[in-house]
Amino acid sequence: MNDADILKLVTQALFSVAPDLQGEPIAADKTFREQFEFDSMDFLNFIITLHKASGVEIPEKDYPHLQSLSGAVSYIREHKPSLGDNAA
Amino acid sequence: MTTMRRITYREAVKEALREAMQKDERVFLMGEDVNRYGGAYACSSGLAGEFGEDRVRDTPLSESAFVGAGIGAALGGMRPIVEIMTINFSLLALDQIVNTAATLRHMSGGQFSVPLVIRMATGAGRQLAAQHSHSLEGWYAHIPGIRVLAPATIADARGMLWPALENPDPVVIMEHATLYNDEDELPESGDFSVDISKAAVRRSGKDATILAFSANIKKALAAAEALAPKGIECEVIDLRSLRPLDDETIMQSVRKTHRAIVVDEAWRSGSFAAEVACRIGEQAFYDLDAPVERVCSLEVPIPYPRHLEQAAIPQPEKIIAAVLKALRR
Amino acid sequence: MIDFKMPSLGADMEAGTLVEWFKHPGEAVHKGDVVALVETQKGAIEIEVFNEGTLVEHRIPVGQKVPVGTVIARIAGPGEKLDEQEQFVVPSASIVELKPESIPQAEPSKVAPAIAEIEMKTAAAARAMVSPAGRRRAGELGLDLSHIAPGRAGVIGLAEVEAAALHAHTLPPAKPAHGGLDLAEMRKAIAAAMSRSHRDIPHYWVSHAIDVTRLMEWLEAENARRPLTQRLLYAAPLLKAVALAIKDIPELNGHFGDGVFNSSGEVHVGIATALRGGGLVAPAIRDVDKLALSSLMEKLADLVPRARAGRLRSSEMTDATITLSNLGEASADSVLPLIYPPQVAIVGCGSIRPRPWAVGGAIAVRRVLTVTVAGDHRVNNGRHAGQFLTRLETLLNSPEVL
Repeated sequence: MNDADILKLVTQALFSVAPDLQGEPIAADKTFREQFEFDSMDFLNFIITLHKASGVEIPEKDYPHLQSLSGAVSYIREHKPSLGDNAA
Repeated sequence: MTTMRRITYREAVKEALREAMQKDERVFLMGEDVNRYGGAYACSSGLAGEFGEDRVRDTPLSESAFVGAGIGAALGGMRPIVEIMTINFSLLALDQIVNTAATLRHMSGGQFSVPLVIRMATGAGRQLAAQHSHSLEGWYAHIPGIRVLAPATIADARGMLWPALENPDPVVIMEHATLYNDEDELPESGDFSVDISKAAVRRSGKDATILAFSANIKKALAAAEALAPKGIECEVIDLRSLRPLDDETIMQSVRKTHRAIVVDEAWRSGSFAAEVACRIGEQAFYDLDAPVERVCSLEVPIPYPRHLEQAAIPQPEKIIAAVLKALRR
Repeated sequence: MIDFKMPSLGADMEAGTLVEWFKHPGEAVHKGDVVALVETQKGAIEIEVFNEGTLVEHRIPVGQKVPVGTVIARIAGPGEKLDEQEQFVVPSASIVELKPESIPQAEPSKVAPAIAEIEMKTAAAARAMVSPAGRRRAGELGLDLSHIAPGRAGVIGLAEVEAAALHAHTLPPAKPAHGGLDLAEMRKAIAAAMSRSHRDIPHYWVSHAIDVTRLMEWLEAENARRPLTQRLLYAAPLLKAVALAIKDIPELNGHFGDGVFNSSGEVHVGIATALRGGGLVAPAIRDVDKLALSSLMEKLADLVPRARAGRLRSSEMTDATITLSNLGEASADSVLPLIYPPQVAIVGCGSIRPRPWAVGGAIAVRRVLTVTVAGDHRVNNGRHAGQFLTRLETLLNSPEVL
């Protein structure tokens, strides 16, 4: 899975929690709380959706790493069980 | 440059009869008082002198007998034109028309056809009272095996007869008794034959479609003229052929205007107007902005006193009211 | 035969617009079934029915706005014969079998036309008259027929649809894109409710700072061993503790109206939920005191998104006996909330903050939550609030029994 796929996965998870954000610009490095008034309920739902879509286990202590778009993408990239790249 | 001349509906019918007998020696006219009297409505006056007694034949006072004889003549290779004095008397020949003329092609498996033309005067408005004022065109339009025509204009009166004679199957031509004195201009000469399968747009409009035939065309046009100053433009369709009906022209108009008003001198219940309205419901339902309106005669035997007779049959005022109702004004 | 009326879905609701029917004549209904969707100032609310039986008829059409209390449907109880009601539709039916309540006793010949007329009017009201051409044109233009007023003869025809299309183009879009919510309307509703609260209720406030370090440590340990999908937010044990504490102080739990306070034996906690864009609703979770933490968390996770999407149920809007207003994380230390009438108290929580604290005679840094109770002085007083807060503190410090 390349970075573009991970980005798509993360943004889909974001939109499934907050459908009204579709079409709005998302700053990669600002936290969701800062940008969209995300609270802990929104964040938890986002984490759960991300987990279901990517298969990545996310312990509670790691939550702070996933509070922005870039943070979430990096985390998934690092922790995604690798299936082997398509490019040989 | 075509010279025009002004003639009456009656004269147009006579001209058509003359032309037919000139063009084809198998054509002959038969009916009550068509020879010596010149026809109950004077449509054949003078023709006997021109073509002889064999081709303009007076018949006994028995519709069943002479219509049957006409059917026989047609079967035998002639091209008879049977004149039944009025549609009221045609009831006595219903069995011949419905059970013989209309069915022989079917029942003989195509071995026989009945190339017969029947002309009859129809309708009310001349104070001829209950038994002599019927508008039963719808009954004939109900029967498979015959064609039914209703010439409303001088041009149609002149031009429908020849194509009817050319048709190998029975054709009934309905001439409304109040039209005979109408006048209009026609060319001096030429081919007067008209298309007998299509309806005609007599007046173009976008707000409502008035469908009518025969004597009601004039009334529909009068209603349309009265509504035009109010900004309501009615389209008037002359049905011309009642069987078969020209669905295409009808629906094209209704799709444009979204409102349909059907005028028929018959009584409303089980009328020909009901058939037209139902077809519009079937084929143009989603184009309708209002239910189809019908303007028919009141459900009474046609009265004798003039004012009551006029009150019983369709009038331009009633057509106007129906148009306004369809427009919800 | 039961008259199902437009319910009041909030203290200030005067009228509601029927948006959609979910149950139709002939369908069986059970207690708790959602029967219709009603649009109010607070968004679209799903209306539940609390009777068993069969829905017999709709009394108002889709799109109609009616005052609270208007009969909107009729439900036949189980065992009630429906045949009699079907005869109601046939004007020539035998008069003897019909017992219409609203018609005074009259001679049979007078009653029959009256019945026919009422049935015709009901039938007419239940279905708007739209001409086929009008309906098709509205579809082409993407117009909602329920927003078009009928014209002459009560018909929505081409003229009415075309006029509506013209009108729509000259006006700015009526609703902001926030799902089933109209935030402008919601703000009006909040303004009205809060003004009334401030005006009618003599508020007093009692605050308490609670060391919740133990709770948070327990929560972290609990979440570490739970799969991600079952993890708890601290709101869950907080809610449960509030519910258990309130049970011991019934003067804080219930409704006040017409000079009378009715204490509730049940604890249904309203969850004050902020909506993106500035709206606020406080739908209730029922019987919080009886729910296990996992269930409570599930209900919270279901309720909050639905509140934000504007899809709440009527019971959720009216059942709260007490409300919790939690500022959540990264906000202020404390809040002095206003009570939602007809409730008589509200519990406000600030953000959990690290604070210097006296622990065992020394200073330590602890995680502290400031809880403020507002009370209706007509019904309760500082003593009740104080008792509640100390009870809450005890509960929060033994999370394992929540």
